[in-house]
Amino acid sequence: MTELTLALGIGFLVGSGVWLLLRPRTYQLIIGLSLIAYGVNLFIFSMGRLRTGAPPVVSSGQINPADYTDPIPQALVLTAIVIGFATTALFLVVLLVSRGLTGSDHVDGREPN
Amino acid sequence: MGWANHLLIAPIVLPLATGALLLLFDERRHTLKALVSLASTVALLLIAIVLLGVADTPTAEGAVRTGVYLLANWPAPFGIVLVLDRLSALMLALTGVLALTSLIFASARWHIAGPHFHTLFQLLLMGLNGAFLTGDLFNLFVFFEVLLAASYGLVLYGSGALRVRAGLHYIAINLAASALFLIGVSLIYGVTGTLNMADLAGRIAAVPAEDRMLLEAGAAILGIAFLVKAGMWPLGFWLPTAYMAAAAPVAAIFAILSKVGVYILLRLSLLLFGAESGASAEFGASWLLVGGMATIAFGATGVLASQAMGRLAGFYVLVSSGTMLAAIGVASVPVTSGALFYMVSSTLAISAFFLLVELVERIQDPAANVLAVTMEAYGDDMDEDEVNEEVGVLIPGTLAALGICFAGCAVLIAGLPPLSGFIAKFALISAVFNNDGLGGAANAVNATAWAMTGLLLLAGLAGMIAMTRMGIRTFWAPIDGTVPRVRVSEFFPIAFLLAVCLGITVQGGSVMRYMDTTAQSLHAPSDYVRSVLSAKRVPAPGKEGVE
Repeated sequence: MTELTLALGIGFLVGSGVWLLLRPRTYQLIIGLSLIAYGVNLFIFSMGRLRTGAPPVVSSGQINPADYTDPIPQALVLTAIVIGFATTALFLVVLLVSRGLTGSDHVDGREPN
Repeated sequence: MGWANHLLIAPIVLPLATGALLLLFDERRHTLKALVSLASTVALLLIAIVLLGVADTPTAEGAVRTGVYLLANWPAPFGIVLVLDRLSALMLALTGVLALTSLIFASARWHIAGPHFHTLFQLLLMGLNGAFLTGDLFNLFVFFEVLLAASYGLVLYGSGALRVRAGLHYIAINLAASALFLIGVSLIYGVTGTLNMADLAGRIAAVPAEDRMLLEAGAAILGIAFLVKAGMWPLGFWLPTAYMAAAAPVAAIFAILSKVGVYILLRLSLLLFGAESGASAEFGASWLLVGGMATIAFGATGVLASQAMGRLAGFYVLVSSGTMLAAIGVASVPVTSGALFYMVSSTLAISAFFLLVELVERIQDPAANVLAVTMEAYGDDMDEDEVNEEVGVLIPGTLAALGICFAGCAVLIAGLPPLSGFIAKFALISAVFNNDGLGGAANAVNATAWAMTGLLLLAGLAGMIAMTRMGIRTFWAPIDGTVPRVRVSEFFPIAFLLAVCLGITVQGGSVMRYMDTTAQSLHAPSDYVRSVLSAKRVPAPGKEGVE
C-alpha cells in the first residue's frame, strides 16, 4: 500500500511537472521544474527500498545489516535537494531579468500573434 | 608516487581555490584579477600536460597506466575515486588549451563587461575537470551541476535580450536534463547497488534477467541526459542559438561543453556495455549510430542555411557531436581512435572559429548582412559595367591576417588537406571501411558504412560551401568595408589554436598512436576496473591522506 501511494505520488508530481513544463509562461515553467524535482527526489529516496522504522546510521558493536535502511539514497537526496534548490533560485533570477528586458513573461520573450 | 599522485586532484582544487580567491577582490581591480586567473590557467595547462605524460608512460609491466586517487582515503567501491586514464588526460589537456586561449581573448576586453567573469570561468573549469576525472556516477552529477551552474552565469554574461532569451531556454533544458540524470543514476543504483563506475562494470553481467530491463531503462534515461548536452537530434535544437548568443570567449570554451556529454557516453558505453557485459553488450549502440547520423544531417543542413557566422559555428558544433556519437555507435577500436583524433581537431577548430567570428563581425553590421543576402538572391547587376578592367584590391594587414585565420578554420571545418581536419576524417572513414565492428565480416563494406561515409563527406562539402560564401562576402566583397580594430591579445589565441591544429597535423603519427592505445584500453576496460578496485589506501593515517 505504501509503495502504491508513493508511486502514485511520484507519478502525479512528475506528470503535473511535465505538463507545466510544456506551457508557454515562465512562471508555469519554474513551478513545473520544481514539481519534477520533488518527484525525482522522492524517486531517488524510493530506490533505497521502503522501510519503516529502520535507521540509516549504523551503531557500534555487533550489527545485522538487515536491520538498517540503505543510507546512500538518503545522502543522494540531500545533495539533489541542495543542488535543485540552488539552480531553481538561479533560474528564478533569470526569469525576472527576462521579464524586465522583454516586457513579457512568455518563454520566447514575445507574445505569440 | 608522492606528489605525482596528489597532482591528480590539482585540476579540481586549483580552479576552485582561484575562483574563490578572485571573489575577494573588488571588480575595479580587473587587471589583477585577469593576471591571477591567467596564472592559474597556465598552471592548469602545465598540470594537464604533466598528467598527459603520466598517463602515456606504461607501467613497469607494460600495461596501460591508470592513476587512481582515493578521496578521504576510502577504498574504491565505498568512497569516491578520481581516475586518470588516457582518455581523461586527453580531455584535461584539451580543456587546458581551450581555457587558456579563451581567457587570453577575454582579457582583451570581455572580462570587464560584467561582474565575476573570472570566478565563473574558473568554476566552469573546475566542473569540467571534475567531470573528466571522476570515477563515480553521482559525483559526476555534482560536477555536472557545478559546470552547468557556472555556464548559466557565463551564457548570460554581457546581458542583452538575446542572451537572456537564449539563456532561459538553455537553463530550462538543462534543468530538465538534470532531472533525467538523477532518475537514471538512481535506477542504476537501485538495481546494482553501486555508483562506482568500475564496480558497476563488473556487476552488470551478473544482473538477473528480471532486473535487466530496469537497468537498461536507467542507462537509457541517463544516456538521454547526456545526449541533450551533446545536442543529438532531436534533442539539440537549443544548442546553436545558445552558443551563438554567448559572448565570444564563452562560446569558445563552450566548444568543449558539448564534448563532455560525448566523453561520458564514450566512457560509459564502453565500460558498462562493452563486450564483457553479458546480455547487455552494445546496449544502445545502434541508437547512437542512427541518432549521430541524423545529427550530422541536421547540423550540415543548418550550416548551409546559416546567414550569420555565429549560427554557422553553432550548427557545426552539432555536426561535430553527431560524428562523435555515430562513431561511438560503431563501437570498434579503429573507429574510436579516429573519432578521438576528430574530436581534438574539431573542438580546437570550433573554438578558434567562435573567437574569429567576434572579430570578423566587427567589420560588418547585421543590416549589411541582410543586404548581402538580398543581393545574392536578386542579383547585383548594377555594378556590372564598372568591373571590366582588372583592379587590384588593397586588403589591409588586419583583414589579411583575419582572412588567413578564416581560411585555416574553413579548411579544418571542411576537413580538407593539409590541416588536421583531413587526417581526422581520413582516419574515421578508413576505419569505418576496414573494421570488424559493424556487424559484418571483415572488409565487407555494408550499407551503414556507406551511409556514414556519405554523410561525413556531405557535411564537409556543406561546411566548405558555407565557409566559402561567408569568406567571399566578408573579405572579398564587403559592402561596407571598415577595418576592425583588433588587439594582439585577441588575435594571438586564434593563431595559437590553429598552430596547435597544425602541430597535431605534423605530429600526426605520434598523436594517432596515442589515440590508438587510448581506444584499445577503452575497448578492454578490465585493466581500468582492476586498477580502480585494487587501489591501495595510504597506509598510515598521516597528513598526506587528508583532503
